[in-house]
Amino acid sequence: MTTTAVSGPTETSPVPRRTRRPIAHKKAIAIFVLPFGVLFALFYLIPIGYAVYQSLLVVEREGTFGQATEVFGGLTQYILVFQNGPFWQSVGRVLMFGVVQVPVMLGLALLFALLLDSPLLKGKRFFRLAFFVPYAVPGVIAAIMWGFLYSPNLSPFSLVTENIDFLSAELVLWAIANVVTWVYVGYNMLIIYSALLAIPTEIYEAARLDGAGQLRIAWSVKIPLIIPAIVLTGIFSIIGTLQLLAEPQVFRSFSSAVTSTFTPNLMVYSTSAIPNINLAAAFSVVLALATFVLSFTFLKFTQRKDAK
Amino acid sequence: MSAPTPAPTPVATRRSALRSSAPKGDFAPKESPLSKAGAMIVMLIFTLYFLIPIWWLFIAGTKSSDQFTSTNPLWFADFNLFENIGALVAYRDGVFLRWMLNSLAYAGGGALLATLIAAMCGYALAKYRFPGREVIFNVVLGGVLVPATALALPLFLIFSQVSLTNTFWAVFLPSLVSPFGVYLTRIFAAASVPDELIEAARLDGAGEIRSFFTVAVKLMFPSLVTVFLFQFVAIWNNFFLPLVMLRDEVLFPVTLGLYGWNSQVNQIPELRGYVLIGALLSIIPLIIIFLLLQRFWRNGLGAGSVK
Repeated sequence: MTTTAVSGPTETSPVPRRTRRPIAHKKAIAIFVLPFGVLFALFYLIPIGYAVYQSLLVVEREGTFGQATEVFGGLTQYILVFQNGPFWQSVGRVLMFGVVQVPVMLGLALLFALLLDSPLLKGKRFFRLAFFVPYAVPGVIAAIMWGFLYSPNLSPFSLVTENIDFLSAELVLWAIANVVTWVYVGYNMLIIYSALLAIPTEIYEAARLDGAGQLRIAWSVKIPLIIPAIVLTGIFSIIGTLQLLAEPQVFRSFSSAVTSTFTPNLMVYSTSAIPNINLAAAFSVVLALATFVLSFTFLKFTQRKDAK
Repeated sequence: MSAPTPAPTPVATRRSALRSSAPKGDFAPKESPLSKAGAMIVMLIFTLYFLIPIWWLFIAGTKSSDQFTSTNPLWFADFNLFENIGALVAYRDGVFLRWMLNSLAYAGGGALLATLIAAMCGYALAKYRFPGREVIFNVVLGGVLVPATALALPLFLIFSQVSLTNTFWAVFLPSLVSPFGVYLTRIFAAASVPDELIEAARLDGAGEIRSFFTVAVKLMFPSLVTVFLFQFVAIWNNFFLPLVMLRDEVLFPVTLGLYGWNSQVNQIPELRGYVLIGALLSIIPLIIIFLLLQRFWRNGLGAGSVK
């Protein structure tokens, strides 16, 4: 068996900088870097640039039935974005979702990882696999499955679902939060667990021999050492939350409470289907920027805390 | 392990290996039975939470449509699994099978190429010094933070400029880019490919490209499997891109196809059975891949967080 979660000396200490000399192996470097570089430019950079460009255009018509032409409109679309109530409601909705769901999911993932790493459990292989299996279920499929499980008459838990309407306007957001949690807890657990495996055992065997309990070891020794892994899972979860699309889109066929403006990405989709490409592009740009800023801030924030 | 790692790697103590040879109980003080029982109970309850939905889906797949509503949802009635699969495969000239094959082509082909492309770039970033190296790496890192769904709409606009929407390529080509893969492979290359070995290959007269494929790929192999797995799952689960790109049902991946059926269940009730059995079949390939590649993801998925 192998672990790829290695922390070797070669990795932590950067290769000593050599003083300037002519670049060796120019051709080889080009062959290695270019395929990715070209594809990255074509399918990341150019689309981003094109979205920004589209978001700066407005459609003008001569009279009511005249020919539509796209002209430069400056920040017109962005003013529309900021005046768009449903868009900001959808942003508020996913933020609320994230503030509750991300800590619950990561808390569970951390708990399971610590239990897997402790000497308290038997059958670790089984638990690891069982908890990870939901990650094999695509979001769309998971949402379809849980949609049935929530429904008042088809659910195996009809005693519960007949009395609590998980698909109602008040609860459907949290019903979706449960689907996302169900899929991703095991994945986050594994990321955290592999960070735990990278801690040399000697570090806490000493603490154990001094009489520290598992709880105390987990809190004072293990958790501080795996902060980077937790930060990583946190960033991915924030990105995922702002991008919510598949699950709510599927839930539209189970619950009328999920509208076409339920999440920011659903707004992008329904606006582009109108079609109002320019406004949809502006939504996309604002959303991508917000995601970027939020995850970047989170990264910086946690890193500073780390350094103390 | 059996994966080809011919040369000693400069890797610190591998704790999992230590662990299997020295069970902890031998030297650590005994844990109280109470905390052991507590831990076990928590894990067992959550095992039910994670597995019951899948169990339910499996049971639902084995039932005829009358028995689906009239019998215990969590236990078998008459075993109709194979009849159900047969009916699903026959429905609308086997469009479901087509979707499964499409998903395999998008995810399998895409992930394989994406891994290779990312590995070459990550390796170059780790092992060569050239101007612009840091810039490239930072741009790629920025790319990790740009979510794939934010790109779906602009990609659609661009592909429609060149009349490539509603084609296989519209979904396949964007899947070849994995910034996270570059980030991971750069770390892996730095950690597991010693400079001395590359030097040695050079002295033996091997070209740079050849020593990448003969030396580096072998040393990085377990981590490349991890990148492949990541990308496979990402493409298999991708929904927004095919949703905006594809109109022709023959090109759909299985997620989009089942989504389409599920949203018509209210008008065409018999689709419900097909959606359920289709959902069950659609998760089987990923579960098989996870089981086969278990030794890679079991401890390796978090490799990127080490740094």
